[in-house]
Amino acid sequence: MSTINYSEKIPNNVNLGEDRTLQRALEGWQPNFINWWDDVGPEGSTNHEVYLRTAVSVDPQGWAQFGHVKMRDYRWGIFLNPGDANREIHFGDHKGEKAWQDVPGEHRANLRRIIVTQGDTEPASVEQQRHLGLTAPSMYDLRNLFQINVEEGRHLWAMVYLLHKHFGRDGREEAEALLQRTSGDVDNPRILGAFNEKTPDWLAFFMFTYFTDRDGKFQLAALAESAFDPLARTTKFMLTEEAHHMFVGESGVSRVLARTAQVMNELKTDDAQKVRAAGAIDLGTIQRYLNFHYSVTIDLFGADQSSNAAIFYSSGLKGRYEEGKRTDDHVLKGQTYKVLEVKDGQLVEKDVPMLNALNEVLRDDFIKDSVAGVGRWNKVLEKAGIPTRLTVPHKAFNRQIGALAGIKMSPEGRVVNEVEWAAKKNEWLPSAEDFAFVASLMGRVVEPGKFAGWISPPVMGINRQPVDFEYVRFG
Amino acid sequence: MDMAVEAGIIKQHLIDPEICIRCNTCEATCPVNAITHDDNNYVVRADVCNGCMACISPCPTGSIDNWRTMPLVRAYSIEEQLTWESLPAELSPEELEAAGVSAEAAGDAAADVPAQTQAQAAVDSVEPVFNSAQYGATVPPWSAAHAYTNLFPPKSPTTATVVGNFNCTEAGFDSETHHIVLDFGVVPFPVLEGQSIGIVPPGVDAIGKRHHARQYSVASPRNGERPGYNNVSLTVKRVTEDHQGQPVRGLCSNYVCDLKVGDTVQVVGPFGSSFLMPNHPRSHIVMICTGTGSAPMRAMTEWRRRLRKSGKFEGGKLMLFFGARTQQELPYFGPLQSLPKDFIDINLAFSRTPGQPKRYVQDLMRERAADLAALLKDGASHFYVCGLKSMEEGVVLALRDVAKEAGLDWDTVGAALKREGRLHLETY
Repeated sequence: MSTINYSEKIPNNVNLGEDRTLQRALEGWQPNFINWWDDVGPEGSTNHEVYLRTAVSVDPQGWAQFGHVKMRDYRWGIFLNPGDANREIHFGDHKGEKAWQDVPGEHRANLRRIIVTQGDTEPASVEQQRHLGLTAPSMYDLRNLFQINVEEGRHLWAMVYLLHKHFGRDGREEAEALLQRTSGDVDNPRILGAFNEKTPDWLAFFMFTYFTDRDGKFQLAALAESAFDPLARTTKFMLTEEAHHMFVGESGVSRVLARTAQVMNELKTDDAQKVRAAGAIDLGTIQRYLNFHYSVTIDLFGADQSSNAAIFYSSGLKGRYEEGKRTDDHVLKGQTYKVLEVKDGQLVEKDVPMLNALNEVLRDDFIKDSVAGVGRWNKVLEKAGIPTRLTVPHKAFNRQIGALAGIKMSPEGRVVNEVEWAAKKNEWLPSAEDFAFVASLMGRVVEPGKFAGWISPPVMGINRQPVDFEYVRFG
Repeated sequence: MDMAVEAGIIKQHLIDPEICIRCNTCEATCPVNAITHDDNNYVVRADVCNGCMACISPCPTGSIDNWRTMPLVRAYSIEEQLTWESLPAELSPEELEAAGVSAEAAGDAAADVPAQTQAQAAVDSVEPVFNSAQYGATVPPWSAAHAYTNLFPPKSPTTATVVGNFNCTEAGFDSETHHIVLDFGVVPFPVLEGQSIGIVPPGVDAIGKRHHARQYSVASPRNGERPGYNNVSLTVKRVTEDHQGQPVRGLCSNYVCDLKVGDTVQVVGPFGSSFLMPNHPRSHIVMICTGTGSAPMRAMTEWRRRLRKSGKFEGGKLMLFFGARTQQELPYFGPLQSLPKDFIDINLAFSRTPGQPKRYVQDLMRERAADLAALLKDGASHFYVCGLKSMEEGVVLALRDVAKEAGLDWDTVGAALKREGRLHLETY
């Protein structure tokens, strides 16, 4: 390395070098980002060289470059999918008009809020996962954790770029604030509840990456429809990276199930205590973790009736999932959608204006996708000849946001009283004892090709490397 | 290929529903819209997929990389694939035979190199995208000296004094490259050839934050620009335009090029622990560089020259491939010319000499294929690449082709070079 043109330190496909003011502003933000990474990023990993995927451009050849990189030297870049100069707004009141390259004044506050809320989730998950490196069940899993961490960092960059480029001083201040809030901090927490929850162990991490990163997929997909073209193009590219995060969750839980099923078959038992004694995680605990992460995640979609959601849609800021593939009028006025409420101790459906129910529409899209994945987990049990099946709890279970907030409900969707809730809570949600048990399994296994006793090896390695490849070199 | 088409065989692209997580990346990536999905599965349209492989590397699961030899008339339909819970097994030779496909024709289909006709893509034999970076070593050669790093991290820089600053570009030429000498006095600052240091430009940026350090490779050998003194030299090009040719004034390069003897600068580092030269006396060094990428090459050459003078070397070869737009832009052109031919084998490539065809370092490497092949066969050879990012792929491809033409298996050679710390890539 002879001379570094510092503009290349922030790899980008947005001609950053041509906008000196923006470049300087981002170069000013960068050391604070690195400080944040050093302070609350992956613990004890400074000298590790990790087999990471690094994007150098958005084309298929450029964005999946693999090699060993020190995480702190990972090149967090700014990438937008290629634009289409003639792209039109395809939903809401501005339908048919040209997509915006700049922020229209009247939508400035709402767009900023959307971008800040999305941006706030990215560093939060790094913070939540900070300690997991110390208890990784294998070198392969450790690498996957770090891959997620660096990409969440890059997604933060993506949102910070939009704030700096399009929102002037306010944007720069919001970008600073993204590094000042901290997950779980009592005084200055992250914006959304799920991002202040702890991710105490690897089962929680897999559930988080399955459910909560899947929420990311739906939120990003809805933003990828936005009339604000830079946001649409940024989130499109983020979606390609988000896929790996969901993969870690889906395959992680699958591997836990495979190992549990194996132990159950070896011991010929479905007794949770015997499974636990053999060092595997019993299916009941897995179901309780699922119940918790699912219910916390569906809260992320917001209140079931929201005038903001209606405004965001009608003004073209945020579309629906796969908006372009839907065949309705893309304006949605005069249409209705069914949402749940509790009446006389019973759950009932009621029709509300579709535009106000768009959070619920997105939540239902997510639910459909999640349930299909739980079905794939059940295939693992089915193949192993285990009769138990995992299920997702009722949509109204354990909700903290919207009309269903605080209503005591069984996982099957039956309204229960306080007494029953108190009695059954530990059957439905992970108890302190469950957490303590799972925590007791969290030893560190990082020899290439070796795996902790509670999880099976993956079907194949990363980037077609062997499973026993040296994914992390410890400095 | 003709036979395969006549026999109506395709290599059908399929997605394994057991591994696929339905993340939608393949569908979003596919340039020809060959991939679609329903609530159950993601599937590939056999009549649209052209086997371009764009979907392969973005897939996080590997589920997308599945192919089945099929009689065209029996290709799995979209509707069929949407119902799958697992991938069907490959048809047996008997089943193919029964469908009117001979084993020979099936083999031809599998071996067919990019069958461009849609639905005839024999994808197994399409080469994956070449990724030069994967061959770069992250370990130093076994005989390298131990490198100290980060003695002065960015949070606590040290101070050096400028004791020399020469424009080593031909006078009157508008592109300037400077040779800067920095003295550390009594501050410990040990560096090895191939390492770099950071210079912190003074002042603050637009929002009042201190500037970051800019990194430069050391151009002097381990015992100093002036032997026995605690000093280092750098090769710095004055940046007046960006990579796209737009005018831009490089903050740090202009600061460094304008330094006067006696000025002090803030320095961080040293950095780098793998781009290091071998010490054992029969090791060969092949250096490939452009522009200021010559700095580490100069350092290594000069160290070898000093060793040779003291009689400590035993015939390890030095070979240099050096590229620039014109002769005037080559730093150290004069001194290079005066090195003895039996000491270093110099190959210069100029891409913008008026009236001459453009020549790049990789063109010269191909011309010297016979010598490079001999070096590739020798486990004592080390390859160093430093310069503009755009050269890296061409250089590694040239090495690969030289190896292949010499009957070497590049996968084996390339992997050994990487594993043994014998191929180092440093591009920017």
